[in-house]
Amino acid sequence: MDIDFAPEDQAFRDEVRSFIEENYPKHLAGVDRGELSKEDFLAWHKILAKKGWAAPSWPEEFGGTGWTVTQKYIWNEESATFGTIPPLPFGIAMLGPVIYSFGNQEQKDWVLPGILSGDTWWCQGYSEPGAGSDLAGLKTKAELDGDEYVVNGHKIWTTLAQHADWMFCLVRTSSDGKPQEGISFLLIDMNTPGIEVKPIITIDGGHEVNEVFLTDVRVPAKNLVGEQDKGWTIAKFLLGNERSGIAGVARSKKAIDRLRDIARAELEDGAPLLDSADFARKISELEIDLTALEYTELRTLASESKGRGPGPESSILKIKGTEIQQRITELTMEAVGNYASPWVPQLDRGDNYRSIGPDYAEGVSQGYFNNRKTSIYGGSNEIQRNIIAKMVLGL
Amino acid sequence: MDFSFTEEQTLLRNMVQSFVQDNYDFDSRMKIVRSEEGMSREIWGQFAELGLLAAPFSEEMGGLDGGPIETMVIMEELGRGLVVEPYLPTIVLCGGILSRHASDAQKETHLPGIIGGEDVWALAYAEPQSRFNPADVLTSAKADGDGYVLNGTKAVVAAAPWANKLIVSARISGDQRDSDGLGLFIVEKSASGIATQDYPTVDGNRASEVTLENVAVGADALIGAAGNGLALLEEALDFGIGAVCAEAIGHMKCLNDATVEYCKTRKQFGVPIGSFQVLQHRMVDMFMEYEQSVSMTYMVNMKLTESEAERKKAAAGAKVQIGKSGRFVGQEAVQLHGGMGMTEELNVGHYFKRLTVIDTQFGNVDHHLKRFAAA
Repeated sequence: MDIDFAPEDQAFRDEVRSFIEENYPKHLAGVDRGELSKEDFLAWHKILAKKGWAAPSWPEEFGGTGWTVTQKYIWNEESATFGTIPPLPFGIAMLGPVIYSFGNQEQKDWVLPGILSGDTWWCQGYSEPGAGSDLAGLKTKAELDGDEYVVNGHKIWTTLAQHADWMFCLVRTSSDGKPQEGISFLLIDMNTPGIEVKPIITIDGGHEVNEVFLTDVRVPAKNLVGEQDKGWTIAKFLLGNERSGIAGVARSKKAIDRLRDIARAELEDGAPLLDSADFARKISELEIDLTALEYTELRTLASESKGRGPGPESSILKIKGTEIQQRITELTMEAVGNYASPWVPQLDRGDNYRSIGPDYAEGVSQGYFNNRKTSIYGGSNEIQRNIIAKMVLGL
Repeated sequence: MDFSFTEEQTLLRNMVQSFVQDNYDFDSRMKIVRSEEGMSREIWGQFAELGLLAAPFSEEMGGLDGGPIETMVIMEELGRGLVVEPYLPTIVLCGGILSRHASDAQKETHLPGIIGGEDVWALAYAEPQSRFNPADVLTSAKADGDGYVLNGTKAVVAAAPWANKLIVSARISGDQRDSDGLGLFIVEKSASGIATQDYPTVDGNRASEVTLENVAVGADALIGAAGNGLALLEEALDFGIGAVCAEAIGHMKCLNDATVEYCKTRKQFGVPIGSFQVLQHRMVDMFMEYEQSVSMTYMVNMKLTESEAERKKAAAGAKVQIGKSGRFVGQEAVQLHGGMGMTEELNVGHYFKRLTVIDTQFGNVDHHLKRFAAA
């Protein structure tokens, strides 16, 4: 056992750190993902694409970096520590691996370059009103008519669909057999007639997710990935990838640093809140849980580097990672005391807007409310526990 | 020992409940919250007509002679409707201080406007640096002739954008956190030297930062004896705790009912999700948190009029219970509703947000744990 990084890894860390510091867009430094324009979402992605670093997790032949597992870990850590707005997951983390694993040559040539460059914005058409945790219950129907599929249905919780050029979509092409059979994986141009995107405003006041209505949407048959009716394998493959990056250890570390800064500035009876034994204890408990998660993730990575893929154990990373993120936002809100409650939506701020209370209190409650989604999305934490029960414990 | 409600209290509950049902469904509530003013003067006027604004005041003042139990009944029902109109600040906090401690002349001047629904009051006690300690007061009250001159800043004053009158805590003497030396002053919000920055809060209410610059008030503005303000204020905040506990059990009841109903009807894997034992147990935990909160809400409202020591301990204990339970019930209600629980469109998220603010209001769990231990 050895927990130290090799010297060449340290050198790599220095290299990526200075690259980030020198090239990250100045106007986005310290900016949260919150309400960004399409250009701002893509700004860092496009810089990374030029450098060839947009998709470190991809095989080199498709545009990956060829980094070792450790190097990728260091990259993620440095990115989080700096607080970059990472490339959106829909193309790089989700669809890309599907295409180079299941797509035909034509699809690889057509889809992958747009993902790498950031020129094509993808969204994920998975959930439906009747198909959440039970994804296989989806009903959106695609019927072959000549060389086109005609798609009818209703997708929901489609993140950032308002900006999307394309959607990768699970559709039902057959109702025979088990629900998992008869699902297909289809690529749909969002500009096709018959698609309507309707915003869903969440309890933090943000517009991140949408409903997508599809009415007689005609999709070329060549946009089918893999075999018709065999899309469930692809869907599960993608969900496994979605989970592996979800622990968010480095970003949680940074969030705890911020929490500690706030607790240092916030006063309780004239003394820093951080000096309060009760509060310091809660931060310590969080840090210890995060350390445990960090080592659990490192153990997973070590076994991955020996060639074993992320197994059902990755559900641990999802459950613990999101629980920790939620506790951090909760404690951060607690730290700012009375100033957790003011809430002036971005749109209502005039030119003379002054922030209310200390700057660090701004947006803290929204962060807490917004983060409640993390134990729901990507397979709810209840579903993740089912996966561990079934796949790991054999219950 | 008796935990039953009197016939009058039951009638009062039924009246408020049907008023809220008929006039304050979730859509109407959101229309009010999103309106320019953020509250409905019409609803407030109807509260006056129904006698709700008179409930806790003595009969000789034109009130109905109700006590904390009547306030509890009203607040629980207002909680079920997520009512934003300022019953807590105007009637419970400021009205309570006036009815218990104001001079006869002050009562004659101010109570009719409260009972009649003409005036809205806000209690300006917290300050940017004070966190949850009501004794931490930098706002000064300097004696000037017969009256006083006030200077300072008050933080997150609930309902201040709607109010025309304020009760302001200010330091007449002593150091920043001394328990002696505070005064509670009646101040017209339109007084010269008062500036406000108004804003919405996450729970659909409105609040203000209030700055006072050389605000001159007469001797008749001071409530009670000079320097005794903290005792009056702490008592008022404990009455406020009794009221928000009741409001919170109203929220929790609605969330639990909605969650059980949702889990009975929402189908995944071909069955209602309520058939999964892991979710059943979660809902049982929510139910138990609610029942424990009801118990502590009854307890505190029965003890508000006991000795100061008993009142403080009861209020601190109840606030801890409500803080923890409200957080648990709110979070789990969102979780069990899945994505729907995250939407602005469903009432679940709004109960959750109000419960989140209640957790902080008048001091959070940590604050009241310390207070309980010290009591």
